[in-house]
Amino acid sequence: MPVSTTSDGTPIWQRRTSRVQWLIFLAWLVGISLLLLCWKVISDNTMWVFVEDAGRQGSDLISRMTPPRWEYASQLWQPMWDTINIATLGTALGIALAFPVAFLAARNTTPHPLVRSLALTIIVSSRSINSIIWAMLLVTILGPGVLAGIIAIGLRSIGFVGKLLYEAIEEIHPTPVEAVSATGASRLQVMNYGVLPQVMPAFAGISVYRWDINIRESTVLGLVGAGGIGLQLNASINLLAWNQVSVIFLMIFATVLVSEWVSARVRQAII
Amino acid sequence: MLTLSGVGKRYPTGDQALADIELSLPKGQVLALIGPSGAGKSTLIRCVNRLVEPTQGSIRLDDQELTRLSGGALRRARRSMGMIFQEYALVDRLSVMENVLSGRLGYVGFWRSFWRRYPQRDVAEAFRLLERVGLPHAIDKRADALSGGQRQRVGIARALLQSPKLLLVDEPTASLDPKTSRQIMRLIRELCAERELAAIINIHDVALARQFADRIVGLRAGRIVFDGMPQELDNEILTRIYGEEDWDSAADQAEPEGGEVVAAESVKHKREESTRLAELKPAISGGGV
Repeated sequence: MPVSTTSDGTPIWQRRTSRVQWLIFLAWLVGISLLLLCWKVISDNTMWVFVEDAGRQGSDLISRMTPPRWEYASQLWQPMWDTINIATLGTALGIALAFPVAFLAARNTTPHPLVRSLALTIIVSSRSINSIIWAMLLVTILGPGVLAGIIAIGLRSIGFVGKLLYEAIEEIHPTPVEAVSATGASRLQVMNYGVLPQVMPAFAGISVYRWDINIRESTVLGLVGAGGIGLQLNASINLLAWNQVSVIFLMIFATVLVSEWVSARVRQAII
Repeated sequence: MLTLSGVGKRYPTGDQALADIELSLPKGQVLALIGPSGAGKSTLIRCVNRLVEPTQGSIRLDDQELTRLSGGALRRARRSMGMIFQEYALVDRLSVMENVLSGRLGYVGFWRSFWRRYPQRDVAEAFRLLERVGLPHAIDKRADALSGGQRQRVGIARALLQSPKLLLVDEPTASLDPKTSRQIMRLIRELCAERELAAIINIHDVALARQFADRIVGLRAGRIVFDGMPQELDNEILTRIYGEEDWDSAADQAEPEGGEVVAAESVKHKREESTRLAELKPAISGGGV
């Protein structure tokens, strides 16, 4: 208790007891020492000769990237369209799979604790693997192409959408659910009338947000052969055609800007 | 019509919320359940429709034992018990009509309710009820666009659309101003008379209870300590229900420890509330598909 009494009987209140105060100090000491130690290890392992001419290398790269070879853009429309399709269809797939999983994973809607742990396992395993790794695996299984990209994006999105949605379900107001149950509604009707309307804004927001992320993720899937603009990026880097790489960068940048704008507008409209 | 015998409820945390409840409610009687916060009033009415599982005793509605029902049988039994809530418990993002029609959920199948294709008879009855509770203009509004009193009227219409035999009413006026409170109580009272409904009304406001109930039951620490007519309720009985307090004199004359008692009671009430919410999960999942 941070309350103590002095010898003359005045009660004293401090924010923390001195024990807690010391523990906090100790934690800071350990943290800062660890930071300095890591700093030293990283610095010892860095070849500073390469870092020293980083500025020259950087400006060299930029000079090779400019001016961008604008004619190349005409070959990029198709892959860019593929990229957007991968993101959109992948998001749709992910949402469709995540929706039931979230209801099974939320503590207040799950039919059984065992089902809940199964659903949580699905969510965690989907989240723990990056979409580019999913894409690598799927390209091996399905062969290169857009399909592998769509499924990779979909699999990664299950975890993201599922986790945020089940958290939203767990935070709903319980009394409307109670009221709908009290009418004699079946379980599915309780979900449909008591739970779903309450999580709808969160669900829509999460989905649009994930679509926005997926646009960015799908631009790199081509690096491992899963279709989209990443394929061209990889090829241009291999050819050292840096003036093409800069066109691709600008194109990705523009697309991401547009997707951000679209998702902001959609979210505003829904919520 | 409704008979509770030896009903008790002990929460998993060990709190004995109700003990030895003996209560019998004839058809058409309006019973006000009064008592301090945390006395178990909410738990008692939730035991009746099994949103809270009683741990002891038997509850019978028209010769049907409610405590042993499960799945579909429990859902069918719930149809005949309409419930009205303190915070209205409407689904905010649904329209007034959808909220009222949700009172029929126990009668229609999932897909009909999913596509909102209720039988025309139900819809006509919903229109009639909205008219009766004084909200014919609000049908298309979203529930969160209404004022407190209007929302409670929607809650009442929803409960009545179930065609219940019994109304379970949990603090219907606690969030309303005095005038609206009286209007809502009068409405509930009239509707009970029109349809010969029995009702159990949890209420904090002793004056309202006296005025609108046929019978008053006082609950203290989970036990019935008074059961009688409104006019029998005097200061001695109020003390038996709520504890020591100077019921007649004004603030400057009252005993100083009154405030402390209130604070302790409200802490207890909060604790009971949270254990009740923890119990909600089985209520949601208990219904079966």
